[in-house]
Amino acid sequence: MKLKQIALATLAACGFAGAAQAQISGDVVKIGFLTDMSSVYADIDGSGGVEAIKMAIADMKGMVAGKKIEFIYADHQNKADVASAKAREWFDTQGVDMLIGGTNSGTALAMATVAAEKHKPFIVIGAGSARLTNEACTPYTVHYAYDTVALARGTVNPMVKAGGKSWYFLTADYAFGASLQADATEVIQKAGGKVLGAVKHPLNANDFSSFLLQAQGSGAQILGLANAGGDTINSIKAANEFGITKSMKLAGLLMFINDVHSVGLKAAEGMYVTDSWYWNQTPEAREWSRRFFDKMKRMPSSLQAADYSAVTHYLQAVDKLKTDEGDKVMAQMKAAPVKDFYSAGSIRKEDGRFVHDMFLMQVKSPKESTEPWDYYKVTARIPGDDAFTKLADSKCPLVKK
Amino acid sequence: MAELFGVPLPALLGQLLLGLVNGSFYAMLSLGLAVIFGMLNIINFAHGAFYMMGAMLAWMGMEYLGLNYWAMLLLAPLVVGALGVVIERLLLRWLYQLDHLYGLLLTFGITLVAEGLFRSFYGVSGQPFDVPSQLAGATNLGFMFLPNYRAWVVLASLVVCFGVWALIEKTSLGALLRAGTENPRLVQAFGINVPLMVSLTYAGGVALAAFAGVLAAPIIQVSPLMGSQLIITVFAVVVIGGMGSILGAIVTGLGLGVIEGLTKVFYPEASNTVVFVVMAIVLLVRPAGLFGKER
Repeated sequence: MKLKQIALATLAACGFAGAAQAQISGDVVKIGFLTDMSSVYADIDGSGGVEAIKMAIADMKGMVAGKKIEFIYADHQNKADVASAKAREWFDTQGVDMLIGGTNSGTALAMATVAAEKHKPFIVIGAGSARLTNEACTPYTVHYAYDTVALARGTVNPMVKAGGKSWYFLTADYAFGASLQADATEVIQKAGGKVLGAVKHPLNANDFSSFLLQAQGSGAQILGLANAGGDTINSIKAANEFGITKSMKLAGLLMFINDVHSVGLKAAEGMYVTDSWYWNQTPEAREWSRRFFDKMKRMPSSLQAADYSAVTHYLQAVDKLKTDEGDKVMAQMKAAPVKDFYSAGSIRKEDGRFVHDMFLMQVKSPKESTEPWDYYKVTARIPGDDAFTKLADSKCPLVKK
Repeated sequence: MAELFGVPLPALLGQLLLGLVNGSFYAMLSLGLAVIFGMLNIINFAHGAFYMMGAMLAWMGMEYLGLNYWAMLLLAPLVVGALGVVIERLLLRWLYQLDHLYGLLLTFGITLVAEGLFRSFYGVSGQPFDVPSQLAGATNLGFMFLPNYRAWVVLASLVVCFGVWALIEKTSLGALLRAGTENPRLVQAFGINVPLMVSLTYAGGVALAAFAGVLAAPIIQVSPLMGSQLIITVFAVVVIGGMGSILGAIVTGLGLGVIEGLTKVFYPEASNTVVFVVMAIVLLVRPAGLFGKER
């Protein structure tokens, strides 16, 4: 009996020593994921994102640096106050070591502040606002998948080069739409094109036909859709119906593969889309996507692939350092390059922007598509340095000039 | 070119016509709400969910059973109507004597359940739905390009709306319905099966919503959330027209569609709110609505 106690005590002591050496807080590495689980952006990230993160953890056998990995997630309902309150609760009472921000820029900006205050790594996947690595940058934010600047450049530049000099915008009347339009306008003007006008529509407008007639009246060659989700889908449907696609080319400034799936190839055919990743772009991407498909019965969006990639990159950093201490892990994540089925590149030390190549894709016609979810042809690879804001142009206060 | 307030007249005509198309949906949906409120005294918050179900069922019928659009235009309202009977018999029946609030809460709950079910099966980004081939293409009206399908929407909704109005106001069945709401016990004493009539009224009201849903499917995103985006506006239409007034619902629905269409030209940012501004003004001037009777 006594012997057993001593043995146990020794074992426990070894355990503590190990913990001290490994410096893993609370003896678990805990990842928290806050995203839209139920509303308009739930398909592009949501439960698919949760599954992708679970896959990343399972691929590490659920262990990192000899400790267990735990994973919690919640619905932020696209509300910034819900997101920041939940993030604070997780850091303070749940021992969350790293936070992943899903879709919606408003919530991501709110979470970034909390994570910076708690000195914990915060990886933004689904939110697009370039503010996250500019005005609102923090030493703890990593902006992983894409941003509004990269989308605008990716889609606008090739279209202007191909002769689409005059543009008209259909813009969602809130911060995101305005910034998407502003970013795109800058690129158009730099490339030698001009913007003939814009019409602002309310978020979740019920019908787009009347806005589209105004756009058609402008005589512009290209109609830029500075909106997202259901608004983009309804714009494209109505544009087809009213024959606008015959006189104008449509450019969706923020579209995911799920949007194309919903519109249908017949209506979306020929559109240009910029994205960070497409499931069918390489053999490695295909292999991972098949695994995802087996679980979710649909192909992953670029965001879901990025969820997997980002979590893996974080866990590898923890595994190398044997600690989950925020500052050290941030330094390691920025020092180690990312190279996986999702992307290749590195996270910029100064502002946390993950700089990687982006892709311009064109939606296939129904004839060209040979299997379900076979929707895109990759038409151009945009080098990361051209796609994202250069350090010299950064508005991030942490960037020393 | 002739102009009105700085907008070319042909463009304005085009916008008016588009407003009428949207008004057709408002008219059909608010008509169903008005009928249900008039006969059952229930504020049917689940109306948007039935509208969504109409569209989703149409998509499901075409996707899984290979049926065409026209078959689903008939079938989806029937299925939803049958579901309406079940809901009325099992749930709503117990609430007629209570305050409006209980009916509102119950139907709101039904909405949440229905939306949640469809969302968990089909996600939120919606399903592809093409315009039926017979109605593809557009007609040049001189001042605008009108897609044939939109013309069909206006036509179908006008026929259905005035058909319902005539049924209730001009036929003996309609007379019984109206009498049944006024004094159910007396009408029952004449040997009329009032509970059955009430069930069928509810079924008819929600079938109208489903019909509107199928009509809308080729035009807007077919997703589990499509109903909740529309239902608030439709309630405003009913309030403006006067709760329970059938003709009021139809006329206000079409009229507000046109007002909204014009707002989209002159001040697009306000196009989602203009209906509520009108509602506030109407409530100030005529609390019972434009066509309603003071009680």
